Amino acid sequence: MSGAPRRVWGLMYRHLALYRRSWPRLLELAYWPVLGMCIWGFTATFLTSRLGSGAAIAASALLGGVLLWEVALRSQMGMAISFLEEIWSRNLGHVFVSPLRPWELVAALIAMSIIRMMIGVAPAVLIAWLFYAFNLFALGPILILFFINLMIMGWWVALGVVSLILRHGAGAEPLAWSVLFGLTPFSAVFYPVAVLPAAVQPFALALPSAHVFEGMRGVLLEGVIHWHHLAWAVGLNAVWLGAATLLFAQQFHQARVRGALLSIGE
Amino acid sequence: MSAAGRNVIEVKSLTKRYGDVLAVDGIEFVAEAGSTVGLLGGNGAGKTTTIAMLLGLLLPTAGSIRVLGRDMLRDRFAALARMNFSSPYVQLPARLTVRENLRVYGHLYNVRRIDARIAELSEELDLGSLLDRPAGQLSAGQKTRVALAKSLINRPELLLLDEPTASLDPDTGDLVRTWLERYRAETGCAILLASHNMAEVERLCSHVLMMKQGRVVDRGSPQDLLDRYGRDDLEEVFLDIARDRRTAARPLERVGLP
Repeated sequence: MSGAPRRVWGLMYRHLALYRRSWPRLLELAYWPVLGMCIWGFTATFLTSRLGSGAAIAASALLGGVLLWEVALRSQMGMAISFLEEIWSRNLGHVFVSPLRPWELVAALIAMSIIRMMIGVAPAVLIAWLFYAFNLFALGPILILFFINLMIMGWWVALGVVSLILRHGAGAEPLAWSVLFGLTPFSAVFYPVAVLPAAVQPFALALPSAHVFEGMRGVLLEGVIHWHHLAWAVGLNAVWLGAATLLFAQQFHQARVRGALLSIGE
Repeated sequence: MSAAGRNVIEVKSLTKRYGDVLAVDGIEFVAEAGSTVGLLGGNGAGKTTTIAMLLGLLLPTAGSIRVLGRDMLRDRFAALARMNFSSPYVQLPARLTVRENLRVYGHLYNVRRIDARIAELSEELDLGSLLDRPAGQLSAGQKTRVALAKSLINRPELLLLDEPTASLDPDTGDLVRTWLERYRAETGCAILLASHNMAEVERLCSHVLMMKQGRVVDRGSPQDLLDRYGRDDLEEVFLDIARDRRTAARPLERVGLP
C-alpha cells in the first residue's frame, strides 16, 4: 500500500490504536445505542401487551426508527469526534504539515465513522432481535439503501460541524454531540411528516432522513417500497453533501489564512 | 547540480498581515542544502509565522515560497513529503505508545519498512526503553527526543525545528545537537532552526536571520554578526538588536548571505 490509501490508513491506524487498548472507549461506542434500544424495547413491549397486534406493528416501526436513527447519529458523531480527537491531543499541527491531503483526512474520518457506527449499532440490533423479536434485516435488501443514506447524512452533518470547529475553534465542539439531536423532531423518525405542523413540513422534507423513515414505515407497515422517497433521500444527500464539502473547503482555506490550524482548540 | 549549494528554501517578499497587524513584512532569504539557518528574534518578531508559512499551515498575504524546488502555494504536498517539523508546542497523541506514534507518521510519510526505520531511530536517539510506553507518560526531555524521531521518520531533506532543545537538560541537549550536526553532515539536509538558545545557534548555524517586528533586520554567519557588532557572544548581539542598543559597525553585506 502506498500513496493516498496508505496515508488514509495511517490516520485510521492512529484511531484504531487508541481503541485497541481502551475498553472503556469501545464500551462507550455501544453504550447509548444499547441503552436507547432497551428503553424503547420495553416501551414497545408494554404497548404491545396492552394494545394488541395493531400496536405490535407500530412498535416494530418504533424500534426500526430507533435503530436506523442510531446509524445517522453514530456516523455523524464518529466522524466529528475522530476529528476532535486530533484537536484534544494537540496533534493537528503535525497532521496538517504531513503530506496528508484534506480529502484524505475526510476519507479517514469517514472510514472511522463507519467502524465506530458498526461497533455502536451492532449490539443494539442484536438486542432488538434477541429480546424484542424485532429483526431489522426483515426489511430486506432495501435496508442497505436506508443505511447508506443515513450514513451519508451523518457525514455531511459532521463535515458541517468540522467546518464550524475550523471557523470557531473549541467553542463549536458541543455541536459534535448535539446538532443531529436537534434534527430529530424534523426527521420523522417515529411519526410521519404529515403529523408535523404544515409550516414545518417543508423543512422536514428537505432532510434525507425524513424520506428514509417514510420509506422504512412504508416497508414495515404497508409492505411497499416507496421509491420516490428513496430518490428524494439520494438527491437531497447529494445536494447537502456538496454544500457541506464546499463549506469545509472554504473554512479550511480560511483557517490557513487566519493561521487557525496551529492554534485550534486553544 | 550537487546537493550542496542547491537552494532548499527560497523566500521572496514574504508578507503576512492580520488586519492592521503586519506580522511578517516582506522578508527574503534562502537556505542551501547542508546549511543550518537560525531564525532569531524576540517574542512576536514573526518567527513562528514564518515557519507556519513555510510549512503551508498559513497562507501569506503576499510573496512567494519555494521549498525543495516546489511552490508552496500551489504544490505544497510534494514538498511536505520531503520535509518535516518538530516543535515542543505541537504534541503527539498522548495515549498512543511511541512506537504507534512513529508508525502513524511512517504511514503518513509513506516510509518503506517502517519498523526497520523505527529501530534505526530508536538506536540513534536512544529510544529503546520508550518505544512501548504511552507518549503522554514521558518526561519533557523524552518527549523532545520522540518528537525529533518523528521529524526524522521520513529522512527529510529539510527540517524545521522550533526550539528543539527547549526542555532538555544540558547533557541531552548536547546529544541532540551532536545528532543534528551528524544528520546534516551525512545527508546534506538543510535545517531551519528557531531558538532562543544563543549558544546553540552559534554552534549549529551557518547563517542567522535576526527578526524584529516582522522584518529581517540583520543577517550573516554567527561570526560575522559578532564581528560587526563587536560582541563576544550572540546573546549580546540579540540584545543590541532587540533593544536598539547598538548598530552594526559595518552595514549588512547582502551578497553571499542567505
